Amino acid sequence: MSRILSRWLTVYAFLYIVFLYLPVIFLPIFSVNTSAVPQFPLAGFTSKWYVELPKTPALLDAAWNSLIVGLCAAVLSTILGICAARAVTRYRFRGRTVASGLIMAPLVLPEIILAVSLLIVILSLGLQLSLFTVILGHVLICIPYSVTVLNAGFEGFDRSLEEASADLGETAFGTFRRVTLPMVAPAIISSLLVSFTISLDEFIIAFFLAGTEVTLPVYIWGQLRFAARLPGVLALGTLLLVGSFILLSFAEIMRRRAQRRIQMGGAIA
Amino acid sequence: MPDRPMIQIAGVSKAYGSFKALDDATLTIREGEFFSLLGPSGCGKTTLLRMIAGFDTPTEGTIAIDGQPMDGIPANRRPTNMVFQSYAIFPHLNVDQNVAYGLKRLKLGAAEERRRVDEALAQVSLSGLGKRGATELSGGQRQRVALARALVMRPKVLLLDEPLSALDKKLREQMQVELRRLQQAVGITFVLVTHDQYEALGMSDRIAVMFGGRIAQVAAPSQIYQRPVNRQVADFLGGMNFIRANVVETNGTAITVETAGFGRVKTEKPSGFNDETRETTLGIRPERLRVLWDDAKAKHEIAGTIVDRHYFGEITHFIVDVPGFEKTLSVSESNNFGADDLPVGAPVRLGYDPDALVALAD
Repeated sequence: MSRILSRWLTVYAFLYIVFLYLPVIFLPIFSVNTSAVPQFPLAGFTSKWYVELPKTPALLDAAWNSLIVGLCAAVLSTILGICAARAVTRYRFRGRTVASGLIMAPLVLPEIILAVSLLIVILSLGLQLSLFTVILGHVLICIPYSVTVLNAGFEGFDRSLEEASADLGETAFGTFRRVTLPMVAPAIISSLLVSFTISLDEFIIAFFLAGTEVTLPVYIWGQLRFAARLPGVLALGTLLLVGSFILLSFAEIMRRRAQRRIQMGGAIA
Repeated sequence: MPDRPMIQIAGVSKAYGSFKALDDATLTIREGEFFSLLGPSGCGKTTLLRMIAGFDTPTEGTIAIDGQPMDGIPANRRPTNMVFQSYAIFPHLNVDQNVAYGLKRLKLGAAEERRRVDEALAQVSLSGLGKRGATELSGGQRQRVALARALVMRPKVLLLDEPLSALDKKLREQMQVELRRLQQAVGITFVLVTHDQYEALGMSDRIAVMFGGRIAQVAAPSQIYQRPVNRQVADFLGGMNFIRANVVETNGTAITVETAGFGRVKTEKPSGFNDETRETTLGIRPERLRVLWDDAKAKHEIAGTIVDRHYFGEITHFIVDVPGFEKTLSVSESNNFGADDLPVGAPVRLGYDPDALVALAD
């Protein structure tokens, strides 16, 4: 009985993975297809869609915008995340659970609701829609990820390491520079990479708050109206996919390294 | 200069809200002394150590180190260094870098720094392991690195917070000997916090026994063990037989009590004894009672019956019922005699030295 069940479980897991990743595999496949129509059988191999990408000024603008937004959102949400993670992991204070719950809330809020409410607030404040407003929106949705990654880095950080540093004559700033920062650096890098990736791939908030300066996902959305441009979009999408995958893998490596350090530091306590 | 005070703790208290972790502690630790703060967990010993180090601030009272009041002086400007219970080895640095951590700020120059690091590593028998990463060290090695890292700073006082508690028994015993040897070699004042009475007895010049935030007794190990001031101290330092006794008379520093088996005993009056008290406790350590074989005689003896026996290898514990005592006596007898010959139920005579009897405050 259980043997039959376990065989079906394997089949189920296989189908599940196919369902998840098959469409994603089509993206790079059609992006090197000679035909402009994404359908089988493939017409032939070409790299022309990729070659044409850098020749599109609007795309380059969008890529540049995405880069700026991604970098700003990553840095801001990591700085705010450091403050939050340190407070939550180090101090016991009233409303601690509520605070960490609220920080995590954007993770489960419908993004479109978030985007609309942000739009209303920004317009009623009299702000112009620009990359800056996109950055604000992205910081909001990146923080839960930053805090999650950083919490893991800060949690279990043996407090006596900082005390030992002070005991050996180091000042508070010196202790931060020579002990705290190197200890949590992998977690910080991981947080930067994760939030950059999320910002890079985010569509709804960027769509609502971008104004005339669009980011890459919004640009892609705009291109979808023109059937002839679809292969270019596929090529761009493939690049984004590969870029995100590399960034997130690196982030995960960093996160694990942070965890190892922390565990070793507190192992004997 | 012998007996020069190194740490003077005057009326120090530490309160967390209404809870007093440390209550009016007054204590002088001498220069070059191996001093232990001994007590069960929550007795305030670690709180006191952390206040000497500067990690916590006293609610009341002052601490002076080498004549300098430490009020308002943070940990990084105190002439103390600490070996942490968790060792707190910096995991992102190797052994050399860990040991040199505090030296970096002194700007000694590369050659002098190297020399001091090597010297410290040699002191703790870790020469040649300088390039080892912190993650590649065993528990015992981590402890040695923590020691070297503190000693290399040449502090006036080395503070040790339960440094041996994470080690296994054999390594712990070996480290006790080594710590004692190290302390005598460097001549620095050591202050050790421990809950292990054998550790404190074996290494210290003097011990402060603490209970519930208060210092109960400060004395040399043999004094603490043989002449504890009260039942709590006596009990914490190892097994002791307690016998209810009537107070016959008190006179200055002497007290005379009377019990069934031991009769009238004149002994030292425990400090802080209330002369109005009519009833108190007389104590004797199990190893100070000895079984009298065959027709061996002792100047002072009591008789009883063996009700139980426990074999421990080097010693045997006899539980002896003595007529007139509320509780049985525990007797520990070294096994180089024929302890096997005494079965449960056999009558037995016990010899003792009246000096071994101590009057205890309750």
